[in-house]
This record gives sequence, C-alpha cells and structure tokens, in this order.
Amino acid sequence: MDLFQTFFNLDVLVRTFPMLIEGLWLTLQLGVSSIIAGLILGLVLCMIRLYSPAVVRVLARIYIDVFRSIPLLVLLIIVYYALPFVGIRLSPFASAMTALTLVSGAYTAEIFRAGIEAIPKGQFEASAALGLSHRQTMLDVILPQSIRMVIPPLTNNSINVVKDTALASVVAMPDLLKQATQAQALAANPSPLIGAAAIYLAFLLPAVLLVTRLERRFNRGNA
Amino acid sequence: MSGYVSIRNLRKSFGTFEALRGIDLDIGRGEVVCVIGPSGSGKSTLIRCINRLEPFSDESEIRVDDIPVIPGRSLAKVRAEVGMVFQAFNLFPHLTVRENVMLAPRRVRGTSRADAYRQAEMLLARVGIREQADKYPSGLSGGQQQRVAIARALAMEPQVMLFDEPTSALDPEMVGEVLDVMKDLAGTGVTMIVVTHEMGFARQVADRVIFMDSGEVIEAGPPDEIFANPKEARTQNFLKAVLHH
Ligand SMILES: Nc1ncnc2c1ncn2[C@@H]1O[C@H](COP(=O)(O)OP(=O)(O)OP(=O)(O)O)[C@@H](O)[C@H]1O
Ligand SMILES: [Mg+2]
Repeated sequence: MDLFQTFFNLDVLVRTFPMLIEGLWLTLQLGVSSIIAGLILGLVLCMIRLYSPAVVRVLARIYIDVFRSIPLLVLLIIVYYALPFVGIRLSPFASAMTALTLVSGAYTAEIFRAGIEAIPKGQFEASAALGLSHRQTMLDVILPQSIRMVIPPLTNNSINVVKDTALASVVAMPDLLKQATQAQALAANPSPLIGAAAIYLAFLLPAVLLVTRLERRFNRGNA
Repeated sequence: MSGYVSIRNLRKSFGTFEALRGIDLDIGRGEVVCVIGPSGSGKSTLIRCINRLEPFSDESEIRVDDIPVIPGRSLAKVRAEVGMVFQAFNLFPHLTVRENVMLAPRRVRGTSRADAYRQAEMLLARVGIREQADKYPSGLSGGQQQRVAIARALAMEPQVMLFDEPTSALDPEMVGEVLDVMKDLAGTGVTMIVVTHEMGFARQVADRVIFMDSGEVIEAGPPDEIFANPKEARTQNFLKAVLHH
C-alpha cells in the first residue's frame, strides 16, 4: 500500500499532469522535427555516398561512420557547451535537434543505401535503356521499390530518435523527462517519473509492435 | 559507307580479360541481325555497348544514326532511339503493365497522359496482352512479361531494337509467343539486333547472321550461307553442337 502511494500517487499524478503534457508536447516536436530533418539529411548523404565523385564519396562515408560511432550525449554536450566558444550559441531545442538530426541522418543514410543496393541491377539497366535520367530512375523506379524495404528499419530509427529526445533534458530543455523530474521535485514524490515512463511507453510500444508486424509482412512478401 | 549502326574497333576488357577484341560491324537501316556464338563469346557485351550499358574506351567508336555513343547529351539521344529487351525481362514490379509501358514516354518525351495511355493500349494489343494492362508484372507468365517488356521498349518508338536472349528464361511452351511478336516486329522496318540461341528464328527471320567466338566476329552472312555451308571451322563446330542435340 505504501509502495503504491509512493510510486502511483494518483493525487500527485493528477496535479502534475499538465506539466507532463507540456513536456510531452515539446518531446514530440523535437522528435518529429529531428526525424524529418534526419530523413532529408540521410537521403542526401546516401546519394552522395553512392553516386558522387570518389573524393566526396569518401567524405560522406567518413561522416556516416563518425556520427554512428559518437555517443549522442557527447555530441549534444559538444553542440550546447562547446560551440558557444566559437560563437555558435544554440537554444536547448536547437542543440538537441541538431545533435539528433546529425546522428539520425547517418543511420538513415545507411538504411537508404541498403534499400537501394537491394534493388536488382536489371532495374537500373532497364531504366537507362529506356532513356530515363539518373534522377528519373531514382524517383520513378528505384526509390518507390526501396521504400517498402526501408520502412521497418526507418520506423525503428524513428523510435530511437524519440527515445533519445530524453537526453535533451541534460541541456535544460523542458521535455517530458525534464518536466517529470521537476514535478517530482515539486511534489516530493516520484509518481510523475512513473507517469512519464507510462507516456513514453504509450507512444513507443505500439510503434515497436508495428515494426514487428511490418517486418513479418515484408518478409512474407519476399518469400 | 557506314551503317545505321556502325561499330569501329570495339574493344572491351573486364580487368585484364578482353571480352571484345576489336569488332567492326555495320548494320543497315531496317536490317535484322542475329548474333550467335558459344557462351562467353561476348554477344551480350557487344549489344550492351550499343546503348552503352557497358562503357567502352575512346579508341572504339559506335554511332547510331550517326550520333556517337558517348556519355552526355548524345547518349541520351541514342538511348531514346534504341530499345532493349533483356533475358530477365526487368519489368518494374511496382508499376502495372500499363504504367510500365507509359513511364518512359511520359518522362523522357513528355508525352501527355492521355496520349501515353492510348499508345499503351495500342502496343499492348499488338503484343496480345491488352486484357492484362491493369495487372502487376508478378501476376503474368514469363511469356506475357517478355511481351510487356517488348511493348515497353516500343513505346519510345525506337529505330533500333536490341534483344539479349529474349526467350532463354522462358518455359519452352512460351518461347513461340515471344518469337511471333518479334517476327511481326521484323516486318515493320525496325532495325533489330538479336542475340539468340533460337536457330530456327535466325534462319527464318534474320537478314544476316553473325557468329562470334572469343570476343571476335568469326563469320557473318545471310542465314542460308551460314547455316548451310559455314566457312570457318569454329562456326562449323558450333553449329554442329547446337543443331544436333
Ligand atoms: N561484368 C563483368 N565482369 C567481368 N567479366 C565479365 C562481365 N561481363 C561479362 N564478362 C565476361 O566477358 C565474357 C563475355 O561475356 P558475355 O556476357 O558478353 O558473353 P555471352 O556471349 O553473352 O555469353 P552467354 O551466351 O553465356 O550469355 C565472358 O567471359 C564473361 O565472363
Ligand atoms: Mg549473354
């Protein structure tokens, strides 16, 4: 009973709910904008990595490998605390979005590359033989086929981005986690933290289940 | 006098291996040429150079309708005039049969949707699959897919059609329906270059048969001559092997 009052204190939860919702709103904004920016960056990086002159291609590869290796928290702290020394001062939201986008773009580029490389060579050759330009080949023939294949891994990556938005609380951005810790301090009770965990789950668990279903469906389609 | 498709000193290497060792060939407008030869002799490589799916070095020259087959604008022109049909069909699986046929005219020529649609209807009727227009390629038999591939290539109204073993991936009972479409096409004045193992087709339809071995043209001539009395020993051996099994 005591345990219940401590972790699932309804009174505290109700009182701090508006704070959590404010945090959730910011978390979703950060998550969605980073996912979209990461998709664009990833597609551009992937095209450079696959189809540009050798020198630029190597640079794209280095970028992709570096940003897949660096811990997100380290990158975020560099963006927020180190960049001001060279005159670049970003808000907590902008810092978090920058770090999330840079990393998500690297992963997304690899996902797109795998999707494109899985398309048989004959599809490129048939397009070329018909006179389609490289751009038309990509837009009309290759990417529409890749999309099916990359949807499960892209959804997975999006889940990771949303999870990682919680790191933004270390640069004082009032996201869901930050709001929850603050509410916990105000109420002197940890129930808001449990509430925040429940909200994360409510959004991400269905997404995880969706990925599993999509993967099963696409695997069946290929068999 | 050079041909509608003219090939001069065509050399092509994969690493240190020479797949084509200096091919010279002139093909006239409207001519139907069948290319035969053993596996690995360079037949596919030769026709894939004509629309530059295989890049080749500057010492070699290919022209189609006097346009040099070199990267850039002139290659785009050549590819708009040269259609190709592959052994593996290579249809676009995410598009319906009709959309497969409409795509290139819409994108490359800027044809209106209505015109492209009408043209697709006409071409699909011509290859005998108008009823399948709204299906996806995976719902068709191999023979039907290859006929769609031919219609797709024809939609660009090519002057030259390249065929790389168009019936080799088909079940035997479907070979005939594809060869029939090709025979009809041969009567329309399109220049055709056909790599094939179908000796009956070559004998019946070709104006000229070219025998290749080890990256070279060994012998060329009208089908009657090549099949009835080949001059070169290698041609004789090859024909003996393929006609008596
Ligand atoms: N991409 C490639 N890389 C390396 N070698 C290749 C490549 N393409 C073709 N070759 C080689 O070049 C030679 C000619 O190949 P090609 O495909 O033109 O022969 P082909 O006459 O069409 O044979 P087949 O009847 O088996 O289709 C072969 O020895 C082949 O192994
Ligand atoms: Mg071949």
